[in-house]
Amino acid sequence: MITPTTSSITLIDRMQHILARAGLRRSRFRIRPGLYALGDPNSNSQVFVTANYGLSFDTLRSALSNIDCYILVLDTKGINVWCAAGKGTFGTEELIRRIGEVKLKDHVTHDILILPQLGASGVAAHEIERRTGFKVEYGPVRANDILQYLQNHAATPNMRRVTFNFMDRLILIPVELTHVFLPTIILMALLYFLSGPIPALTVPLVVIAGLLVFPLLIPWIPTPNFSTKGFLLGSMVAVPLFLLALISFPPAIWWKKLGVALPYLLIVPSLVAFITLNYTGATPFTSKSGVKREIFAFFPIMFWMFLAGVFIGTLFRFIR
Amino acid sequence: MIGRSKKSKYLETTLKYDATLCTGCGMCSTVCPHGVFVQKDGIAQLARPTACMECGACALNCAVRAISVDAGTGCATAQMIASLKGSKEPTCGSGCC
Repeated sequence: MITPTTSSITLIDRMQHILARAGLRRSRFRIRPGLYALGDPNSNSQVFVTANYGLSFDTLRSALSNIDCYILVLDTKGINVWCAAGKGTFGTEELIRRIGEVKLKDHVTHDILILPQLGASGVAAHEIERRTGFKVEYGPVRANDILQYLQNHAATPNMRRVTFNFMDRLILIPVELTHVFLPTIILMALLYFLSGPIPALTVPLVVIAGLLVFPLLIPWIPTPNFSTKGFLLGSMVAVPLFLLALISFPPAIWWKKLGVALPYLLIVPSLVAFITLNYTGATPFTSKSGVKREIFAFFPIMFWMFLAGVFIGTLFRFIR
Repeated sequence: MIGRSKKSKYLETTLKYDATLCTGCGMCSTVCPHGVFVQKDGIAQLARPTACMECGACALNCAVRAISVDAGTGCATAQMIASLKGSKEPTCGSGCC
């Protein structure tokens, strides 16, 4: 069975894109796996392969305007091409199974499949050819470059590179903020009643520093690792909070003042650094072994700083 | 951006390449999203090994197995969850990317 589709993006599609970018109903934004006909393809038409995440499918079909072709959608459990390739669901086995299931050989007379380049970490092109007869051609990283790629089936070096520029980083912010929205509100309320307004204020500041300011400033924070960038950024938030706590605490013995204010210097940088360390997963250039080294080097520091801060803070909550 | 400075944790890589096995098919430089390989004098050359993010695309698509890499996700969350669960291979949860 071939499902007809078009390259036009409707208003409803656009609403779904906005929701997905905001991290709302994202895992339900799925396309049924199988073979789709874009326009009016014949047995000589190109076959493009993609994931069954709605945003992946829509990005591909909207880039193929005025092209009659087939789109083969793999079952990647609603995950985008690159992440699914990493998990193996956009993979050699699934592609072979799907080629058989849609009886692709009955629909086309040629033997070329065009895959997105980022699918390559899940698909072994030579295995596909050996087991199905279809030759895998890796197209460009971004669907926007497909039309230019199709002119002579060659990609320029730039089409083969992933980017992580300002816009790439900006568009990721809403989904990160959605993940932590509810915990942030709960923690704020909790800290407000337990410790007062300044501790409550700390929560959104940490979230904003780690998930909004950090992604935008990554290239310009002058240290080489995510954790150290986070410590640095967190310190810039912590120092004003530390001073605010010093000033707002009523006249008392100096060491009591310090005891109340010091936790900010310990907790805020360690929390922001923990958030930025976890941001590694959102970037397209961190390696498994590099992240492992980074966790081993900096996680213990975050852990003990945080614990020391909570201990001192709790202690002075009761003796002041 | 990251990985160029001396103290970076991302300079070392598990990527290994045996040029004597290379047939010059060009697949590794095609699939690499960071320009780690280039084709020169009919075979692949390691041009930017420190830019490797260990995605595994080159090794998986090398028909003569000239490339090996300990591929996996460069995500701290996935790795910490994996070590808490005691599983060897870090993967993100089904809800995540």
